Amino acid sequence: MSILIDENTKVICQGFTGSQATQHCEQCIDYGTNLVGGVTPGKGGQTHLDLPVFDSVTEAVQKTEAEASLIFVPARFCKSSILESAEAGIKLIVCITEGIPTIDMIEVKHRCDEMGVRLIGPNCPGIITPGKSKMGIMPASIHMPGKVGVISRSGTLTYEAVKQTTDEGFGQSSCVGIGGDPIPGTSFIDVLEMFEKDDQTEAIVMVGEIGGTAEETAAQYIKDNVSKPVVSYIAGVTAPSGKRMGHAGAIIAGGKGTAEDKFKALESAGVHTVKSPAEIGKGIKELTGW
Amino acid sequence: MNLHEYQAKELFREYEIPVSIGKAVDSPEDAEEAAKSIGGNKWVVKAQVHAGGRGKAGGVKLIDSPKEAHEFANLWLGKNLVTYQTNENGQPVSKILVETCTDIENELYLGAVIDRESQRLIFMASEEGGVNIEEVAEKTPEKIFKAPIDPIKGANQEQAVYLAENLNLSESQTEQFVDLFLKLSKLFLDKDLSLLEINPLVINVDQNLICLDAKINIDSNALYRQEELHQINDESQEDSREVEASKWDLNYVALDGNIGCMVNGAGLAMGTMDIIKLYGGDPANFLDVGGTVDAKRVSEAFKIILSDENVKAVLINIFGGIVRCDVIADGVIEAVSQMEINVPVVVRLEGNQAELGTKKLRESGLNIIGANSLEEAASKVVEVSKGS
Repeated sequence: MSILIDENTKVICQGFTGSQATQHCEQCIDYGTNLVGGVTPGKGGQTHLDLPVFDSVTEAVQKTEAEASLIFVPARFCKSSILESAEAGIKLIVCITEGIPTIDMIEVKHRCDEMGVRLIGPNCPGIITPGKSKMGIMPASIHMPGKVGVISRSGTLTYEAVKQTTDEGFGQSSCVGIGGDPIPGTSFIDVLEMFEKDDQTEAIVMVGEIGGTAEETAAQYIKDNVSKPVVSYIAGVTAPSGKRMGHAGAIIAGGKGTAEDKFKALESAGVHTVKSPAEIGKGIKELTGW
Repeated sequence: MNLHEYQAKELFREYEIPVSIGKAVDSPEDAEEAAKSIGGNKWVVKAQVHAGGRGKAGGVKLIDSPKEAHEFANLWLGKNLVTYQTNENGQPVSKILVETCTDIENELYLGAVIDRESQRLIFMASEEGGVNIEEVAEKTPEKIFKAPIDPIKGANQEQAVYLAENLNLSESQTEQFVDLFLKLSKLFLDKDLSLLEINPLVINVDQNLICLDAKINIDSNALYRQEELHQINDESQEDSREVEASKWDLNYVALDGNIGCMVNGAGLAMGTMDIIKLYGGDPANFLDVGGTVDAKRVSEAFKIILSDENVKAVLINIFGGIVRCDVIADGVIEAVSQMEINVPVVVRLEGNQAELGTKKLRESGLNIIGANSLEEAASKVVEVSKGS
């Protein structure tokens, strides 16, 4: 088992013919992703990477029975691209694009929830089930099929965690980059729940960062619902608090959101924390005794 | 991106949101003239900087004559105002806002932010407006009332009435508040704000509501569609290296240490700073080169890092996903060969095209120290930063 995707998941790509999308779709196909086509409005009927291009997601879904979509379109078009996909019946959307206006994401997130659509990202590296399928931009070579589930808000830190679990010989069940934006489509808790239910996942790595209270909420969830061992690293212990304007941010955060708060919340939930991003693999080893 | 108070108030006027009569000026003569043309016998003069806490720092003054406006402007224009929300150098003052003085009966607080937890725009109001609002929020959170805005339906009258009731407003004030609330939420969404704050929102002696201060922060992701606002950005309020970096789509924040960092991804950039600190070093900056970096931007990033004279060593830590390590290597080689670089450079490349990138660096003949892991990179850069 694994979570979210496997070798059978039929995937399309929105923004298919763009240069970034092309480069990464090629790598996804090489990895084994069941990419069945792509969408670029105005280029319907063409063939790209030996796959059909469609003008709309609806058409792509009708012709290919795609269930999942990988989005590379520019930020200003993402709101309509995500909603188009959701309305066309796609159930899993992975949006790689960074820089989407937050106000767009508020509406997108709530509409996806209403329609029962799982949105991963935006501003994320995507998801991978090693050895089976990847929908994203992560370098395939650092992954290895195995037993650690990886969740992270940061793209490159995900790779760091993945590489260490590979180097230790544990491998990964699935890896999910939920993205660093203020309004992510999927939260830590959503993925923790999936990993807890997944037989292949025997331990979980959760990589967070300063800002917001997602890690604190996740800590409470782990305490109440997660029986598998969890190792966590939070980036930003040394980050400066930054220039501030007014009080509203501080009031809404209620004094939470620093790395120290997050470490404390996680530790009190029984999570094994590491203070260095280079000690994630070691942390798993210590905690599980593998 | 932040707006100055006077810019935020101009936006308020556009939306017919009540603010004091005022004028922003940039010379002592104009300050005196502004006070005269506004009229009356009492004014408030306010130094315009991107920071709160101006009152306590002497940047806001109540005056009785136009001549005092001249004196105040003369005192602050061209100087830096240091408040508890700025760093020790403060923020430069290049504009003074001269306003009519409002006779205040009561000070309220009204703020709006995007709340990550509920994933909504949320308005917050309190009867305890003024400078100690954060303390109020921390010690007596029950005095802060919140109204979340439905992401699909938008703001409505009921939310406004709920807040007005808890602010103990009279019937006519409630009417004004509802109007103000609906206009502010429209402004927030129209202009892609990430923060809006009125502290204080006052009730004057005539029992009317007036926004005495205005803080606005705009979502930088949305600037492409807020061109008018983007153009009035006052870059003098930002660190010059940060401004230069943003021109190249680089995310740079200056820090106090001596190890320059170039990393891809904000999380890994913070992680790299953390590990440098764990090894006993001190990062000179946070720099995320982003996901679509090319050789030219790597070279610009290098220049920005080295424009900080404190930098004694540089650590380049790239874990390629979107970013190709060979492209980074090209950029490093270009920068190192064009500039006179007198500090040691430690490079760790991993992921997409890492082998090719490492090979290029090795064959370049440049004085670059390679590292195979994050730990090795951190320990090496800390070591060389102490040696040079």
